[in-house]
Amino acid sequence: MPPLDRKLAPKFKQVSTIHFIQPKTKKLDNGIIVHSISGGSQEILKIDFIFKAGVWHQNNPLVAKATNNLLKEGTKNYSAHDIAEGIDQYGAYFQNQVDYDNATLTVYTLSKYLDNVLAFVKEILLSPKFDKDEFNTYRENSLERFKINQEKVSFLARNEFMKQLFGSEFPYGKIAKIEDFKSLSLTEIKEFYHNFYDLSNCEIVVAGNVTDDTFTSLNDCFGSQNIKKELIQIKEQSLTDNVQNKKVHIEKVGALQSAIRIGKLMPNKLHPDYFKLQILSTILGGYFGSRLMKNIREDKGYSYGVGCGLLSLKNAGYFFISTEVGADVTTNALKEIYKEIKLLQTEEVKKDELDLVKNYLLGNLLKSCDGPFKMASLFENVHFYGLNYDFYNNYIATIKNITSKEIIDIANQYFKIETFTEVVAGKIN
Amino acid sequence: MIVFEKFELDNGLKVIVHKDITTPIVVFNLLYDVGARDENESQTGFAHLFEHLMFGGSISIPNFDEPLQAVGGDNNAFTSNDITNYYITLPKENIETAFWLDSDRMLSLAFTEKSLEVQRQVVIEEFKQNYLNQPYGDVWLLLRPLAYQEHPYKWATIGKEISHIENATMQDVKDFFYKHYLPNNAILVVAGDVESDNIKQLCEKWFGDIKAGNVPQRNLPKEPQQTEERRLKVIRDVPSNSIYKAYKMCKRTHPDYFAADLLSDILSLGDSSRLYKILIKEQKLFSDINAYVMGSSDEGLFVISGHLSDGVSFEEAEAAIIKELERIKSSSLTETELQKVKNKQESAREFSETSVLTKAMNLAFAELNGNANLINTEAEKYSQVSVDDVKRIANQILIPTNCSTLIYAKK
Repeated sequence: MPPLDRKLAPKFKQVSTIHFIQPKTKKLDNGIIVHSISGGSQEILKIDFIFKAGVWHQNNPLVAKATNNLLKEGTKNYSAHDIAEGIDQYGAYFQNQVDYDNATLTVYTLSKYLDNVLAFVKEILLSPKFDKDEFNTYRENSLERFKINQEKVSFLARNEFMKQLFGSEFPYGKIAKIEDFKSLSLTEIKEFYHNFYDLSNCEIVVAGNVTDDTFTSLNDCFGSQNIKKELIQIKEQSLTDNVQNKKVHIEKVGALQSAIRIGKLMPNKLHPDYFKLQILSTILGGYFGSRLMKNIREDKGYSYGVGCGLLSLKNAGYFFISTEVGADVTTNALKEIYKEIKLLQTEEVKKDELDLVKNYLLGNLLKSCDGPFKMASLFENVHFYGLNYDFYNNYIATIKNITSKEIIDIANQYFKIETFTEVVAGKIN
Repeated sequence: MIVFEKFELDNGLKVIVHKDITTPIVVFNLLYDVGARDENESQTGFAHLFEHLMFGGSISIPNFDEPLQAVGGDNNAFTSNDITNYYITLPKENIETAFWLDSDRMLSLAFTEKSLEVQRQVVIEEFKQNYLNQPYGDVWLLLRPLAYQEHPYKWATIGKEISHIENATMQDVKDFFYKHYLPNNAILVVAGDVESDNIKQLCEKWFGDIKAGNVPQRNLPKEPQQTEERRLKVIRDVPSNSIYKAYKMCKRTHPDYFAADLLSDILSLGDSSRLYKILIKEQKLFSDINAYVMGSSDEGLFVISGHLSDGVSFEEAEAAIIKELERIKSSSLTETELQKVKNKQESAREFSETSVLTKAMNLAFAELNGNANLINTEAEKYSQVSVDDVKRIANQILIPTNCSTLIYAKK
């Protein structure tokens, strides 16, 4: 055997195809849509009940989240503790998630206990009580958590950034303040529930060990419920010409680090430039070997980590760079970040780097298809934009074909320094 | 049941192969049996700083991350008081790249001054970000030295103080490497749609010629039996008062570990758990409360921690916790309640086994604890725990003279 040449990298293959598990879509007797993604070897299920009831739909901060969280805190027939006890005895878990557009109740359960667990889910979704005492406890405890978060520079920077980006008149930019906890009312929560938690405003995504019985169980539980016939009123509001390119600095006394957020509004995933922007963003700060990481962390040691990303919402999209840096190097870090943004517009990305990013992105996409639960997330991420898996196939095609020329063009079109908004929370040296 | 195959190379590297045909991803998990507990008290934070340096290039490959990303892979690592664990995920076709990269850095690092200088800064920023510039971030920097007087668990993985990181020299780094980063001090797990014959060949090819070394005998100072109640009060600029109670408990491999773990679940896992129901919902004394076990390789801690509701005194809050502990010690636990937390264990295990990365890590930890097959026998160990076991453990550990209490008061 010849001696091993350790300098020589083994041969490798680029990811050629990715297998997407197609969801099966069926309707319960009353028309509620159920998507199922079957796979995996464990006898378990993850069920998402997804309502169009996120931040976008609330008129005041905190309402969407409070409504979602209070669902399980007591119903017509059960106290909050009865429900907790009921769910826990079957080893099931609930997860509440409220994002900018949707609100989700997720149930994790062993398949063998599905019917037992669904009986509680039915109570929670259809007959929540919104008890005064439970509401007060929830409000007090969330306020405590909020106060703790306000001591974190990252939290301050993120909130201020959203406010600057969208303006506080636009639903995504309306940030909660301490006073909002006091003015939050149970009446408003009940009204929000009434308006947005009708089953006609819900889609169910079930993943894991899905069988015909799973569908039967869901149908037995929810299929005979009356649902609203009239369309649910959804807010329409377009982003007015909000002034961008603002610089906001929030001083936090005694801060050892400053949190930095730099970014701007960007097209969302419905726009033809979205994939190219995604690739551009990866080059800049989307992986461990990205330019920002190499510069800010691996060359200068200013930070434990730095990254950027493109976030797609139903009614907008934005791009952000985020990091926490030593207070004494804040100005230097800002300078280096802008230098990297600028460089994308003046020099074409070299072939080696572009090839690396392409392979990294394909590997990453492959990883995000690993198993039915991850597949369900991929499905939800396109379905609620009216898209399907073609989105990912087009993304793969764009990754494989994009050129350095296209990247410098897209950088020049979207990454002009003077269009970025900057927020720093902490100390500016 | 997680099926695996196990073999050992001549140089002592232990290898475990788990075949999972359902995933296109393969995991390459390399665990080194070295953690913060193996550090010298005047050079703490070293195992963790060293983990950062493992990414600074090796003897034949100048950059670790780039070649991996170029084949669609990703990686990370973490250090605890007990171990340092490195993991790679990549498309299964490209598994050999992981062998190439990780065997080269086991063989030898590049040891560049630049890498040491930069990573020293990065770790100092990590120290600030997670321990100093966060509300309650320094809790473990305070609680560890209170609970441990002799054993190296008295310092946190990040280190006792920033100066230890600042003063690390290249010679220290090299010594640490040659002492601990040996094939006979490591466990490799490969999991995914792989053939074990192929993995054997790759192991021989890339790791076979790395020389075994003298793994230092671990001879850590033993923590003396605690016989007195310990308390520390600090005042910080935080929004709410908090309390942390750390009771000494057995190590991860002790037969009583399972009962102690279930005891912590009874107290605080899920909204029907005792502390949540009584102290948050009924008495409204806490806005948040948790009980958990550390599961460490040496004698560990059973921790109860909570944020007090506005206007509640420390005396009242602590008395309420103790009352609940007394209740479980006397007679209030039923079979039904115990069965409930066992069911939660079962389902948590089923869900965790959907991730091939989690399976690989768990196999490595189990092998470190004596036998990879422990991950298959643990379910049985949990199900055998009786009401009397839990009560016995509660009576044994949840006593004042076994406890270190940190009172974290707001200004």
